[in-house]
Amino acid sequence: MHEIFGIPPQALFGQLLLGLINGSFYATLSLGLAIIFGLLNIINFTHGAQYMMGAFVAWMLLNWLGLNYWAALVIAPVLVGAFGVLIERTMLRHLYKLDHLYGLLLTFGLALIIQGVFRNYFGSSGLPYRIPDALRGGTDLGFMFMPNYRGWVIAVSLVVCLVTWFVIEKTKLGAYLRAATENPPLVQAFGINVPRMVTLTYGFGVALAAFSGVLAAPIYQVSPQMGADLIIVVFAVVVIGGMGSIMGAILTGFGLGVIEGLTKVFYPEASATVIFVVMAIVLLVKPAGLFGRVR
Amino acid sequence: MNGFFGMPRHHALLTVGILVFLVVAPTFIYPVFLMKVLCFALFACAFNLLLGYVGLLSFGHAMFFGGAAYITAHSAKVWGWPFELAILAGMATAAALGLIVGILAIRRQGIYFAMITLALAQMQYFLALQAKFTGGEDGIQKVPRGYLFGVIDLNNDLSLYAVVAVIFVAAFLLIYRIVHSPFGQVLKAIRENEPRATSLGYKADHYKLIAFVLSATLVGLAGSVKSIVFQLASLTDVHWTMSGEAVLMTLVGGLGTIFGPIAGAAVIISMENYLAQLGPWVTVVQGVIFVICVLAFRRGIVGELARLLRKSL
Repeated sequence: MHEIFGIPPQALFGQLLLGLINGSFYATLSLGLAIIFGLLNIINFTHGAQYMMGAFVAWMLLNWLGLNYWAALVIAPVLVGAFGVLIERTMLRHLYKLDHLYGLLLTFGLALIIQGVFRNYFGSSGLPYRIPDALRGGTDLGFMFMPNYRGWVIAVSLVVCLVTWFVIEKTKLGAYLRAATENPPLVQAFGINVPRMVTLTYGFGVALAAFSGVLAAPIYQVSPQMGADLIIVVFAVVVIGGMGSIMGAILTGFGLGVIEGLTKVFYPEASATVIFVVMAIVLLVKPAGLFGRVR
Repeated sequence: MNGFFGMPRHHALLTVGILVFLVVAPTFIYPVFLMKVLCFALFACAFNLLLGYVGLLSFGHAMFFGGAAYITAHSAKVWGWPFELAILAGMATAAALGLIVGILAIRRQGIYFAMITLALAQMQYFLALQAKFTGGEDGIQKVPRGYLFGVIDLNNDLSLYAVVAVIFVAAFLLIYRIVHSPFGQVLKAIRENEPRATSLGYKADHYKLIAFVLSATLVGLAGSVKSIVFQLASLTDVHWTMSGEAVLMTLVGGLGTIFGPIAGAAVIISMENYLAQLGPWVTVVQGVIFVICVLAFRRGIVGELARLLRKSL
């Protein structure tokens, strides 16, 4: 059996695949953060908790109502997105005129509340979520064995990211959104309901996080703290990519997932910290981030 | 102005009030609890030096608190260093960490600054989890308290309390001096309008970095003292929830007020002590306080008081 850099190809490709999966979560979550930040000027600390809520709603739908994975993939983002709309209408709305940091503090508090409530009712240990039957088993790609569900997660995340990019960069709706990011009063003067657009944007970003949560449920255990550590890594991803560009967020997310996967193969001790090291290097070399604009 | 550290009269009165309270408090409050409040009050005051007076929100101050706690605990327990040296080693570590993190973090502004400090603190958390000397999940336990100057036995809670109170008051007066010095004026100018401060010839980045290192060092002092008082340094000290606590105390007490963080620390620590039997609900209560403070109580306790009295506190 031949080896690549002294590593059996099975292990290498296996970790690359895991890296791509993590990367698809980084990409989807940092995309949501970037869209929300663009329009609301708020860093949504609750993003990790909302991702966790997506996974929990999927679990509840299956175990309490008998609704399967495919239904959850639609219902969970809608429900959690609606919850996001409620938060925006009742709380975030009052903060737009204040310093950025109040938005961060409020969403941090909300994250503590949501995670605390879920921990009280579901405990800290994870709950299992079965892989849907249609995606069980795996495919032999010749050079490696790929579990079908993992391939599905990467493919569907990629599609969602690209569709979001297309809508924002190439459609009329996206043009409104980009214009409102640049100059809200002017867009409002043209007769577009900017406050409603802000609300829906926040709801969409939150729904995107919940969608990732549903995708993650069968891979990781469904647990109250699943989003807390992830969101910090996603913050690092956002710092590396810069929040100016949608495509930048997607590329950075997947790229860092791969780097993390490779680190797991060649130097596993550093796999938990490698993204933060990359962040430090990027800050030294290109402080505005790889795709960012200085502002 | 009068002679007491150049404080205006109401500041001097409040400070004397705090001093008197610190002297009589151990007669009716458990000294270990008081020491906990003092450690966290110092933590919050040093954190507020950065957030309240330079406008930099660091979400990674647990890194300096916990880093210093680990070094102090390790040097006191494994190397057998005396109290004073162990504390100084902790502070030096925090200062060095502060310099590295500061250089990286001040390259970006606003919201990015918070995310960078949080990410670097998380990195340090993982390092602490993996490193041998930190004891992983167990932390460093049974740290000896030792003797002050080789004479005063710190295993006695009351003597340790006296030492901690003196350290706290000294650090508080230092922060007071920093904030009210010409250097502090420049920091406030940077907070209000950085481009303008730069155009007046101040190197904003240098000032920010110095403030960051000062804040980190004093937070390190709080962490070091904490590890001696509780004879424990653990992963809790470096976790992001600890950074959140400092933010919460400062917010509750009053951002950018000199006495606010002390009030905030007293309130939050008392609340946590009182609600300890509620277990995980404490996190929920903390979250609710965050939300209420941001939406309806942005000035904090001391900030509101200052508004009522029309004085700066």
